Amino acid sequence: MMSNIQNNIRHMSSGGINRAMKVISNIFYRLGVLPFLLLIAVVTFTLLSGNFLTTDNLLNVARQSTYLILVAMGQMFALLTGGFDLSVGVIIALTSVIAAMVMAWANLHWPGQVELAIFVGSVAGLLAGMSIGVINGLGVAYGRVSPFMMTLGMSSIGLGFALYLTGGTPVYGMPESFSDLFGFGQILGVPTPVVITLAIAVFLWFFLNYTVGGRYFYAVGGNVKAARLSGINTKLVLFSTYVLCALLAAISGLLLTARLETGEANIGASLPLESIAACVIAGVSLRGGVGRLPSVVMGALFIGLIQNGMNLAKVGSYFQTVVIGVLLIIAVLADQFRQRMGK
Amino acid sequence: MNSELNDDNDIIMSLSKVGKKYGQNTALHPIDFELERGEVHVLFGENGAGKSTLISLIAGANKPSSGQINYDGKNVAFSSVKEARLLGICAVFQEFSLVPQLTVADNMFLGHELSSGYVLDKAAMNDKANAVLNELEFDLTADQIVGELPRAGQQMVEIAKAFCANVSVLILDEPTASLTEHETEQLFRLVNKLKSQGVGIIYITHRMAEIRQISDRVTVLRDGLLIGRLNTCDLDEDSLVEMMTGGSASDVFPNVESTAGNIMFEVSNLSSELGIDDISLHVKQGEIVGLAGLIGSGKSEFAQVCYGLAPKTQGQIKVCAKDISVATPSTLIEAGLYYCSPDRHDSGLVIDASIGHNLTLSALKTNEFSFDYSYVLKGGNERQRINTLMKRLRIKADDSHHLVNSLSGGNQQKVLLAKALSRQFEVFIFDEPTVGVDVATRKVIYQFIAELCQQGAAILLISSDLPEIIHLTHRAYVFCEGQIAVHLEKEQINEQSVLSHFFAKGEAA
Repeated sequence: MMSNIQNNIRHMSSGGINRAMKVISNIFYRLGVLPFLLLIAVVTFTLLSGNFLTTDNLLNVARQSTYLILVAMGQMFALLTGGFDLSVGVIIALTSVIAAMVMAWANLHWPGQVELAIFVGSVAGLLAGMSIGVINGLGVAYGRVSPFMMTLGMSSIGLGFALYLTGGTPVYGMPESFSDLFGFGQILGVPTPVVITLAIAVFLWFFLNYTVGGRYFYAVGGNVKAARLSGINTKLVLFSTYVLCALLAAISGLLLTARLETGEANIGASLPLESIAACVIAGVSLRGGVGRLPSVVMGALFIGLIQNGMNLAKVGSYFQTVVIGVLLIIAVLADQFRQRMGK
Repeated sequence: MNSELNDDNDIIMSLSKVGKKYGQNTALHPIDFELERGEVHVLFGENGAGKSTLISLIAGANKPSSGQINYDGKNVAFSSVKEARLLGICAVFQEFSLVPQLTVADNMFLGHELSSGYVLDKAAMNDKANAVLNELEFDLTADQIVGELPRAGQQMVEIAKAFCANVSVLILDEPTASLTEHETEQLFRLVNKLKSQGVGIIYITHRMAEIRQISDRVTVLRDGLLIGRLNTCDLDEDSLVEMMTGGSASDVFPNVESTAGNIMFEVSNLSSELGIDDISLHVKQGEIVGLAGLIGSGKSEFAQVCYGLAPKTQGQIKVCAKDISVATPSTLIEAGLYYCSPDRHDSGLVIDASIGHNLTLSALKTNEFSFDYSYVLKGGNERQRINTLMKRLRIKADDSHHLVNSLSGGNQQKVLLAKALSRQFEVFIFDEPTVGVDVATRKVIYQFIAELCQQGAAILLISSDLPEIIHLTHRAYVFCEGQIAVHLEKEQINEQSVLSHFFAKGEAA
C-alpha cells in the first residue's frame, strides 16, 4: 500500500518533470535559445550587482543598445536573404566621418544656419554610408560576388577612405545642437535615439509582415529559385537588401556621431560581429528565409544587457569580447540542434 | 564473383519483415523479399511505391526501422553504403553519387582506391577503369572529367563504378533512363554475364519491354506495400499495370474530352543553347498536350526557355495571342502563363515558409491581395483564398500557417499545383506534376488537371511517365535530342508509338 502511494507520487512527479521538459523544449523549438540566455543573464547579473535590475539602468541599457539594434535590424535583412554584411562597421565609420566633416564645413561657412548645416551634413553622411550598400548590392545581386567577399572587400575600401579623409584623427566642429538634439535629447522623457529606433523598428516590422515587399525578402531567402519562378525580381530584392542594411547602419552611425560629438573613423569595428551575433541568437537562420524582427530587437538588447551587466560586475573589456564570441557559437550550436528537432 | 560466398545456398539475400518509417510516415511497410543467385529480380511500382526505400535499405544507405536482412546465410545490419559494398552489395542509384571535378577513373575507384603503400597507383586505376569501360563498350575514357560529360555519360560512369568492385548483389535503379539502345544492349549483355556468374541482380524499371527481356521474377510494390510477386514467364501486362496502380488505368486517369478552341500558347522556331533546336508547337484552349521523351531530350529544357529561365537564341513565344518579346517569369505570369517546376524542393516551393505564403507568392501584387502603389497586403482576402485552395486540392494540414516542410511529399506537391489557382492563368505548363507522390495524390492531381482543361485552360503536360502521356493527353509531341521527333494525335498515342521515337533514328528498336 505504502509503496503503491510512493510509486504514484514518483509517477506524478516524473510526469510533472516530463511535462515541464516538454514545455521547455517547445519554447526552445519555437523561440530558440534567446529566452533561456536572457533568463540566465538577468538572474546572474542581478545576483552579481545590486544596481543591475533598476529602472535607470535598464533605460540606460535601452539607450546604449539602440545603435546595435539599428545595425542588427539591417543585418537581419542580409541574413534573411541568405547572405550577411560585414561592412556595417565601416558604413558607420564613413557616415560618421563624412557627416561630421560636411556639418563642420557648413557650420563654418554658413553662420547662423545651424539647421541647414545639420540637415546637409546628415544627408551627406547617409548618402556616403548608403553608397557602400549600393556597391555591395550591385556586386552581390548583379555581379554574383559572394556576400562574404563583397562586403569584406568593401569594408577595407570604406575604412581606407575614412582614415584617408580624417588622417586617423577625430573630426570636430559640428554644431552643438546636433548632439543636444540627437545625442542627448529627449522626447517626452525618452531619449531621442530610443524614439527614433523604436519608430524604425515598428515601421520595419509592419513592412516585413504586412506588405508584399516584406514577404519577398522571406521568399528570396527561403528559396531564390522558387521566388524567381513566382515572378519575383530576385536581383532587385537582393540589391535592396544591402542598400537597406546600409541605410540602417548609416542612421546608427549618425546617431552615434551625435552622441560622441565627433566624427571618427574607428567606431563600429565590433558591430559586424555583434550584429550577426544578435541575429543568430534571435533565431535568424544563417541559411536564409527565417527570422523575426521583434526577436532581433530582443537579441540586440540581450547583447547590450550582457555588456552592461559585465561592466557593472567589473568584467574587463577584453574578456567581454571573449564572452560575445562564445555566445555567438553557442547560439549557432543551439540552432543546429533546433534544426534537427524539426526533422 | 566473390568466392568466399557459400555456394550451396541458392538464396543470396533474404529480407524478413523489413520496413522503414520516417517519423509518422511509413515509407515501406514490413515486407519479405528474397533474391536468388543468378536471378534478375525486377521491382515494379509507381514513384513513391517504396522501391527506392527498399533498395536503400539493402544497399546500406538507410537503416530499416524493423525486420532482419539475411545476406549469404548471416544476419547483417549495414551502417553505410561502404560497408555493404565491402561485402559485395553494389547499388547504382538514380541520383548520381559522382564528384564532378574528378576524372572517370577517380570516381570509379572512389572510396576503394588502388595504392601501393600510401601512394595512389594512378596507372593501375586508369588501366582497370579503361578495361571495364571497354567491356561495357561505353564510349568513355578513364581520364575524362565527369562534370564535362553529358547526363548519359555520367550514368555510364555510375554503372561502370559498380562493375569494378567484386559484386555478388547488384542493384540497378532505372539504369537505362538516359542510355541509347546500343548502350542498353551492352548493359544487358553484362547483366547476363554477371547472372551466369551467380550474381543476384535487383533491377528497377518502368519499361515492359525490359522486364520481358532480362528479368526472371517481378515484385510489385504500391504505397509501401508488397502487392504481389510473379514469374516473368507468366506475366500479363494489363494485370501488372493493375497491380501497380491499384485499379485499371481508367480508375486512375479521368476521361477528359477535348474542347479544343483558339490557340492560347504558340511557340515557333525556338532554339537555345540549353539543347533545344528549332521547336515549334502550339496548345489550344481546352486541350491537354503532352511532351514525352528521355531525360535530357529537351522537353523540360524547352519549358525552361519558354519561361525565361534560360536565354533563347531564336524563336517566338505567344501567350494568349500576345507576343512575348522578353521572356521573364514575371512577364509570363502577367500574360497568363503558369509554370509548375519539376522539382518542388529545388525550385518549386519555399519549404521554410508557410503553406499559405507559398500559395499566394505568385499573386501578391494583384489587387486581390494587395493595395495598389503601397503594396500593403489585404490579409482577409489572402486568408480566404488560401482556405479555398487548400480545400480544393485537399491539402492535409490543420492550419495554413504550418510550414511546407512539415507536410508529406504528396501534400507538398499539391501546394505547388494549387499555386496555379492563386490568380487568373490561361496557359499551364506542368513539368512532371506527379513526381514522387502516391496513387491517391496522383488521382487528385489528374482530376485537377482534367478540371482545368474542362474549364477551357490550355495545358502542356511534360512527363517521363508514359501512362500519363497515353491516358491524359489529347495530342503529344515526342522530344529526342532537342528536337521534336514526332507529333501524335490522340488515336496514335500508345506505348509503342511514343517509345519508338525516344531514340535518334538508326538506333530505334
